[in-house]
Amino acid sequence: MVENRRWQALIGHAVLILGVVVVFFPIYVAFVASSHDLRTIAQAPMPMLPGAHLWDNYVRAITSGSESAGNAPVGTMLWNSFVMAMVIAVAKIAISLLSAFAIVYFRFPFRMGFFWMIFITLMLPVEVRIVPTYEVAANALAPIQHLLDAVGITDAVAWLFSIEIALKWNMLDTFAGLTIPLIASATATFLFRQVFMTVPDELAEAARMDGAGPLRFFKDILLPLSRTNIAALFVILFIYGWNQYLWPLLITDNLLTVQIGLNRMLAVGDGQVDWPIAMATTILAMIPPVLVVVFMQRWFVKGLIESEK
Amino acid sequence: MQKRVTFNSRTLPYLLVAPQILITLLFFIWPAIQAVGQSFQREDPFGLRTAFVWFDNYIRLFGDPFYYHSIQITLVFSLLVTLLSMGVALFLATMADRVIRGATGYKTLLIAPYAIAPVIAGVLWLFMFQPTIGIVAYMLDQLGYDWNYHVHGNEAMMLVILAAAWKQISYNFLFFLAGLQAIPKSLIEAAAIDGASPTRRFWTIIFPLLSPTTFFLLVVNIVYAFFDTFGIIDAVTSGGPGSPGATNILVYKVYSDGFVGLDLGGSSAQSVVLMIIVIALTVVQFRYIERRVHY
Amino acid sequence: MATVDIRGVRKTYAGLAFETIKGIDCAIADGEFLVMLGPSGCGKSTLLRMVAGLERITSGDIAIDGRVVNELEPKDRNIAMVFQNYALYPHMNVYGNMSYGLRIQKLPKAEIDRRVREAAAILELSDFLFRKPRALSGGQRQRVAMGRAIVREPSVFLFDEPLSNLDAKLRTQMRVEIKRLQQRLGTTSLYVTHDQVEAMTLADRLMVMKDGIAEQIGTPLEVYRNPASVFVAGFIGSPAMNFLPGRVTADGGAVELTGGVRLATQLTGGLAGGEDVTVGVRPEHLAPAANGAAAPSGNEVQVAVDLIEALGADTVVHSRLDGTEDRLLARLPGSVTVTPGMTLTLTVEPGALQLFDKATGRSLSARS
Repeated sequence: MVENRRWQALIGHAVLILGVVVVFFPIYVAFVASSHDLRTIAQAPMPMLPGAHLWDNYVRAITSGSESAGNAPVGTMLWNSFVMAMVIAVAKIAISLLSAFAIVYFRFPFRMGFFWMIFITLMLPVEVRIVPTYEVAANALAPIQHLLDAVGITDAVAWLFSIEIALKWNMLDTFAGLTIPLIASATATFLFRQVFMTVPDELAEAARMDGAGPLRFFKDILLPLSRTNIAALFVILFIYGWNQYLWPLLITDNLLTVQIGLNRMLAVGDGQVDWPIAMATTILAMIPPVLVVVFMQRWFVKGLIESEK
Repeated sequence: MQKRVTFNSRTLPYLLVAPQILITLLFFIWPAIQAVGQSFQREDPFGLRTAFVWFDNYIRLFGDPFYYHSIQITLVFSLLVTLLSMGVALFLATMADRVIRGATGYKTLLIAPYAIAPVIAGVLWLFMFQPTIGIVAYMLDQLGYDWNYHVHGNEAMMLVILAAAWKQISYNFLFFLAGLQAIPKSLIEAAAIDGASPTRRFWTIIFPLLSPTTFFLLVVNIVYAFFDTFGIIDAVTSGGPGSPGATNILVYKVYSDGFVGLDLGGSSAQSVVLMIIVIALTVVQFRYIERRVHY
Repeated sequence: MATVDIRGVRKTYAGLAFETIKGIDCAIADGEFLVMLGPSGCGKSTLLRMVAGLERITSGDIAIDGRVVNELEPKDRNIAMVFQNYALYPHMNVYGNMSYGLRIQKLPKAEIDRRVREAAAILELSDFLFRKPRALSGGQRQRVAMGRAIVREPSVFLFDEPLSNLDAKLRTQMRVEIKRLQQRLGTTSLYVTHDQVEAMTLADRLMVMKDGIAEQIGTPLEVYRNPASVFVAGFIGSPAMNFLPGRVTADGGAVELTGGVRLATQLTGGLAGGEDVTVGVRPEHLAPAANGAAAPSGNEVQVAVDLIEALGADTVVHSRLDGTEDRLLARLPGSVTVTPGMTLTLTVEPGALQLFDKATGRSLSARS
């Protein structure tokens, strides 16, 4: 066994290097393609080494995008994606912290009801409720309208005051529509619930003796104690937000995220895809989340493992 | 579940849960109820009138050969994505567990694809396999193979499987490596002293001890293949080619029937079926996690 | 400074069928150090937490300085508490921990600083003010927890088994420090512990608790000398008191043990001849009979020695009452030579005998 170790390690390294090469090959190909002009790429076989148009292509992508996507600049798309990812990550953490705090540190009627209601969201990904969720985004007040109609208030008001109640809040193609429907989070709520459960009871009692009310305790004690968990979760949720696809596809039209913008660049029918620009966009779209994962690896791994508990 | 110490307030807890609950009600519960309701209704072609049709949509759905086709390819797709991705990840993780030096470096490199969006993964693979200009398609052509996933359903299926499995390797690798590193080295050394060969050691000691991780990843990968691969399908094949679409997996079919084809009743019935699948998978996952606590 | 009055306090937890505290009355004087002692689950911590305002009172009243505080939040009761596991805020340094309550009260910065530094000086923590709790030793953490209580200048200190997380040596040392501190500050203190040595050394008065009832309240010496029940007698004193079955003689002036030995007692009033009782004798009240000479009282027992523990100053003798299975433990001076297997004659003063009702376990001295 001992004498085999060197060989085993050698084989291990060889396999791993091969694995890394295979895993990175598609990314490398995209990178190479993003550094040539269209003519070079459109002629098979494409070169396997980077070309001279790297700077050109990226500048062009960021400032004016691709013709097939209406020349929407990728710079704007990246900004939209960034805002969406930040809002989703921060808001998910914020509302999950608050609801976990309520569920762990208060006793109130319907507490378990709320808990289960949050739990159920685990079982309802966007994918299984596409059309009705889109309808809510088209008019977020529709459910209330339905309620008013159902109990007869609409009719009563129309009869009494000759006013027709027609509630409308269209969230389509807005940042609100892009983010708000995605910020409920059972996973984050459960994670923080778990974290709070491990905070010793005596700490809360000591804070009470010190005269801290619930909000003060939350701000001064719980938040600082959860900050590593918050950081870990932030990494995961930022990537989650950045990588959203189906929901933006449904509700955005002009407010393009980089994922949707890229898809538009490819949807040319019988025309020619501007591959160098599309590939530059692909690389640009993966840089932020990959950087986050690589440079915040410690938090990322922690977050990934914790959010599965 | 609860603390010994609790704060007293009549209104504060409700204010604290309000944002989460409002969003959940508005964008999760209400649409889900709507989906269930709509699955029992049918709209006329102009969307002017709806009629309550009981289980008609479901009967139509399960009488539809296209739907069976979609179920079938979804199963094939999920199974192959899961096996391929977990197999490669386990193999790489075993190697990374073996090399002591540099393991962290490989880990950093191998987890990077986790951060890549499904749709981006789809685009990367689609570019390599583009029939006219793709580098891999060109090589296949040189070998005398006429590759065109726009035409051949099997090739399209293979391509989305590759892209989907590729993206998931990172995740599986990370969990397998953590699982392997948690196995006490003394156990493996004891087996080595007993004269077990490396292969035998793997299958009789390591693999059984890894089974909780494996089972957990199995569920996660199936969920991923079922629901999170929408972007890959949309970018690479849009459910095609052909009719019934060779890569029209269940999630994509809900979208194309409901959102593109505007068949509300049928799409809602499909949504409800998917909901039942998610519920079943979630239950399996949670029962398993309960077991892991005792483990 | 303040008094604390506990009047008919009861506690029933929601969902539990029995009462955790079954009606306790106790008036604690200004500046008094009251120790609540009992085995785990006796309700002593619950009682303390009710005084603190961390648990609701089911019925009865708790008054601090004459003001009923049943409905007051902990912060409004002018009290401070030291917790078993210290409950220091792990992300704040010593200064932050000690000043947190004062900052919430919005005291002026200078005043906060003065109080924290003063307390730190008393507790010898001045050099550690800017360290996090995890960089402190167990004893230092304990002192920070006390410092946090001191800076609030409360009218009552509450201690919930504050020393139980320390090792034996540190515990003895901190015990002395707490006593010294309390004498210096003169603050009314309620202290919960299950350690009888801690209780005896710290207390002005003891409350011995069992199953939600105060079995006895009194000074340590009262409790030691005149335990109110078999439970108290057995709980206080180490090694524990011996209990022997006995019967009151016809004239009521003595008890007869198993095997027929008669021991004279001083508790004659109220005793009915023929009554079954439990006879309690503390190991340290047994003495070896002087060679050949009979004890003045005639109270002698023959015991068969089966094990000895030589502790140096003392020798603890494990034995059986001759001719019976009743066990007897005696603590004799270390100078006495005893070996296992020998028969020994021990004497006991009539005044040292405790008699308890066999059925209820209550002391019979209370009856007379």
